Amino acid sequence: MTKPLVAIRSVAKNFGEFQALKSVTLDVWPGEVMCLIGASGSGKTTLLRCINQLAAIDSGGIWLDGELLGVREQGGRLHRLTEREIGRQRLKTGMVFQRFNLFPHKTALENITEGPLQVQGRKSDEVRAEAIELLRRVGLSAKADSYPAQLSGGQQQRVAIARALAMKPMLMLFDEPTSALDPELVGEVLAVMKELARSGMTMMVVTHELGFAREVADRVVYMDQGAIIEQGRASDVLGAPREERTRAFLSAVI
Amino acid sequence: MKSAPALAEGFPDLSGMRIAREPHWFRWLSAALIVLVLALIVRAFAGGQIEWSYVSRFLTAKVILEGIVNTMVMAVLAMALGIFLGVVVAIMRLSPNPVLKTVAAGYTWLFRGTPLILQLLLWFNLALVFPTIGIPGLWSARAVDVMTPFLAALLGLGINQGAYTSEVMRAGMLSVDIGQYEAAQAIGMGRLRALRRIVLPQAMRVVIPPLGNEFIGMVKATSLASVIQYPELLHNAENIYYANSRVIELLIVAGLWYLLVVSILTPLQMLLERRFARGTLQFAR
Repeated sequence: MTKPLVAIRSVAKNFGEFQALKSVTLDVWPGEVMCLIGASGSGKTTLLRCINQLAAIDSGGIWLDGELLGVREQGGRLHRLTEREIGRQRLKTGMVFQRFNLFPHKTALENITEGPLQVQGRKSDEVRAEAIELLRRVGLSAKADSYPAQLSGGQQQRVAIARALAMKPMLMLFDEPTSALDPELVGEVLAVMKELARSGMTMMVVTHELGFAREVADRVVYMDQGAIIEQGRASDVLGAPREERTRAFLSAVI
Repeated sequence: MKSAPALAEGFPDLSGMRIAREPHWFRWLSAALIVLVLALIVRAFAGGQIEWSYVSRFLTAKVILEGIVNTMVMAVLAMALGIFLGVVVAIMRLSPNPVLKTVAAGYTWLFRGTPLILQLLLWFNLALVFPTIGIPGLWSARAVDVMTPFLAALLGLGINQGAYTSEVMRAGMLSVDIGQYEAAQAIGMGRLRALRRIVLPQAMRVVIPPLGNEFIGMVKATSLASVIQYPELLHNAENIYYANSRVIELLIVAGLWYLLVVSILTPLQMLLERRFARGTLQFAR
């Protein structure tokens, strides 16, 4: 029997008084493309950030590839991992941010090679060749030496995807990757993501692009107020939602 | 489709007309006044009790040239120490560790809170507190031998500068978007590597103008080391006028050298700014 790539069990996360996540439990299977939808503040972005450990969870546990994230169980207690160990765990995930967060002082190519060279300490020729191949894959071969400020939003986000892929992650996390883009640039980013999904990458995508979810997602998860309200096949959740709250959200969005 | 309505009357065609030059009477008048005042000042100095021959003779005197070399050596070394301490303290200040944070804040408080000249005198007179210094059992020396004017000036100026520079560096690091830290973490970087590779290079662009300011301040602050016998420019100029009583002439000599050095530093700063502006639209290739 295969094991889930990500196992999330009873995860809670508070920001002060605000409960961002209330006991979320979820499995993500290898090769699965999962879209997380819901209103802002529903906890979907927080869930991604917890998986990537940009935010530390308050209770529950997340296992990635069978390994407990962020803490180690010892003598009936949990001990926080060191920054170095957390860094090692992060290498299994690639993160794409809403606002791209490319390094502005580095060219597109340097953005992609930074992690493999500096963090993984790999050989420069090999990393460079892979980076050029990744740029080709996202359709930006001609932009290798451009700085982020010289690229459009859509091009920047495609470089950001290539940067995340350069670390050879097992899981790609997308946090509203097209929300900061002008409408005419959304398509080029979604096309790259579709190609990635077809290649068999496991993906968790927080998105408002319901068309993309319908077309690409194996599973759609609807969240509200820090909890999973409904999940299932895209055609079921988006086409025939069972829950009243899902119906209300979908009718507000479309 | 409806056609556009006919254009309204009464708005003449202005194309081809030039905009006339303004006479700017007031600018001419004020410039003339300033030239007049400058001329009067020059005349006053030319006729005053200044022996200009002394100025030109001592401008390139060996002692003065040695003084300017010592000034620059001290300014560069003390600034290097100040930047090193400033970066370390700023990183400590922004660390999640409360011990490091408190130590950093205490350092800034202590060395920014007391006059620089007092700190220089304290370092120079350290022998009064600790007649001998060293590592017990391994090495020891008399403090008066170790704490030369050079070392006292370097420690006094550098450590004081570090307190100011740390705040400049901290401001620079805070100016970098939080998303940059997150993106660096997301590709597996630890805090220090993210600071070194991603945050500091971007912060440099912001901190170079204030650091240029601080360095120009440092060049002139070295003159305070004259009180602890460090043979920098002002100290040497003073030694000459103690002997020949040409006080004003030698102060003018020193002043001209400080002005020259600062004038050279300004374009150097612009080169440095250009270097760190990589990737910004302004200087993008």
